[in-house]
Amino acid sequence: MIKGKVWKYGDDVNTDVIFPGRYTYTVTDPGEIASHALEDLDPAFAKNVKPGDVVVAGKNFGCGSSREQAALCLKYAGVAAVVAASFARIFFRNAINAGLPTVAAPEAIPHINAGDEITVDFQVGELTAADGSSYKFTALPPEVIGILEAGGLVPYVKKELANK
Amino acid sequence: MPQTFAEKIFSRKAGRPVAAGEIVVLEPDRLLSHDNTAAIAATFGEFGLERIVDPDKAVIVLDHCVPAATEKYAQNHLEIRKFVEANDIEHFFDVGEGVCHQVFAEQGFALPGELVLGADSHTTTYGALGAFAAGIGRTEMAALYATGELWLRCPESLRLEVTGEFGADVYPKDLVLYIIGDQGADGALYRSVEFAGPTVAATSPSGRMTLCNMAAEMGAKNAYVAPDEKTRAFLAGRARRTFDEVLPDDGAAYERTLSYDVAGLEPRVACPHTVDNVVPVGEAAGTRVDQIVVGTCTNGRIDDLVVAANILRNRRVAPAVRVLVFPASRATYLEALGIGALATLAAAGCIIMNPGCGPCLGAHEGILAAGEVCLSTANRNFRGRMGSTEAEVYLCSPATAAASALHGRITDPRTVRA
Repeated sequence: MIKGKVWKYGDDVNTDVIFPGRYTYTVTDPGEIASHALEDLDPAFAKNVKPGDVVVAGKNFGCGSSREQAALCLKYAGVAAVVAASFARIFFRNAINAGLPTVAAPEAIPHINAGDEITVDFQVGELTAADGSSYKFTALPPEVIGILEAGGLVPYVKKELANK
Repeated sequence: MPQTFAEKIFSRKAGRPVAAGEIVVLEPDRLLSHDNTAAIAATFGEFGLERIVDPDKAVIVLDHCVPAATEKYAQNHLEIRKFVEANDIEHFFDVGEGVCHQVFAEQGFALPGELVLGADSHTTTYGALGAFAAGIGRTEMAALYATGELWLRCPESLRLEVTGEFGADVYPKDLVLYIIGDQGADGALYRSVEFAGPTVAATSPSGRMTLCNMAAEMGAKNAYVAPDEKTRAFLAGRARRTFDEVLPDDGAAYERTLSYDVAGLEPRVACPHTVDNVVPVGEAAGTRVDQIVVGTCTNGRIDDLVVAANILRNRRVAPAVRVLVFPASRATYLEALGIGALATLAAAGCIIMNPGCGPCLGAHEGILAAGEVCLSTANRNFRGRMGSTEAEVYLCSPATAAASALHGRITDPRTVRA
């Protein structure tokens, strides 16, 4: 269960504005990666985001390139979860593999505003907006939960290799 | 139970029937990566393994910033070469061979019925040759290097039936831009897109690659064209091994079937800053452009260069526009050189660049300043992708790009006949 302050964005937030391509081969330090998060969409985000905050957006969040830093920069910036109407598939995969929970809750999005505090209960599959309204979402499949619980794909694979 | 292409190939690889929506763990047949291999290798290093599990599956092509533009890029390439050597990776294509997707296909790695995973979003391109090919992230590639397997969700399928004959100066790029404009950037989100119908059957493997490449821009997990005589002719003498074609069953369950008729279709342009912001070329015509790019994994093949050369033969590009031509591979370069297309383009005032991604993702070789406008045959026009966030990128076919080069303004190619 997480409770966090909302950063709200629109539809089709693409990976170039989440983490600009000009940094993909030159920036590797986690802190520095976090410092460019959402740079071309909202320059105020990286400076002001607090650990535990939640990014909320419309449909097709993370469309565009396969660059993993798009998920990592949010994870490294301390974002606790991304809630969107829908996710682009590679971003969805990258987020899971980075240990960054994703919540697809299209009905909830219009009821969430920037600066709201929302609660997400992953066990029950329920999101509660600041106005008290709540929305069910489909819990992730067990294979994916296993990766999130391990803290991402790298720790998950390490565990698998150790068990072999 | 009749199956879609995606269900059929997932079932074959899983060894049991798999339906859309199921998550299964599969072993891919080939793994593609590019300049991101150094980052993949660094993650792989965290697993404490000596070598990757199956070096023969790995295909690595340096293309994103080749030759290296800065010391950092150079260091990145150096680390990749070390990794390649340490792991005895045979299928390594260093700086100069071309864009990974073109090289992968030309070198016979993209085969019907095979499962290809690539650490690049345009891996969807190989569906043009009947493979199931999808993009994944770097960490996933590192996990594949360690274990040889990965979780995959069997996608629901979308069937696009295309009929009609292309008019003069109208190409598969125009069709796919039209479809993306119609369906939106999330029109095929997480879906397997099967291109079918008589128009697709009549389209060359190159044109099919353009369609499947661009399917990524409507959110597709993979794209597919049923292999046929054209596919087999392309693969003759290239295929790295024998292959077993996988075709969807009649009566398979498609989430949606859409029909498009290309008769009367006009050239299309995607306007800034999204690929689904598509208009008929007439609506964008007259827009001043500072730079034109002909190339990339979308439209840098020999037929694309020939289209551009035919339009620019014995003509001059407008003085105020920089026209950069990037053959998609060394083989494309040599072929274009052999038939005189490069000479024609250079004589017209184009700058002939080296095979590679060029400025498509904003790394080097043609970065845009604030206020500049670029018209490109590439696949993405997101804000800031090719340089300044204050620059604008339009997308089009090679014919529209070449016609526009003559005027330094977006131009309907039908008004500038070759």
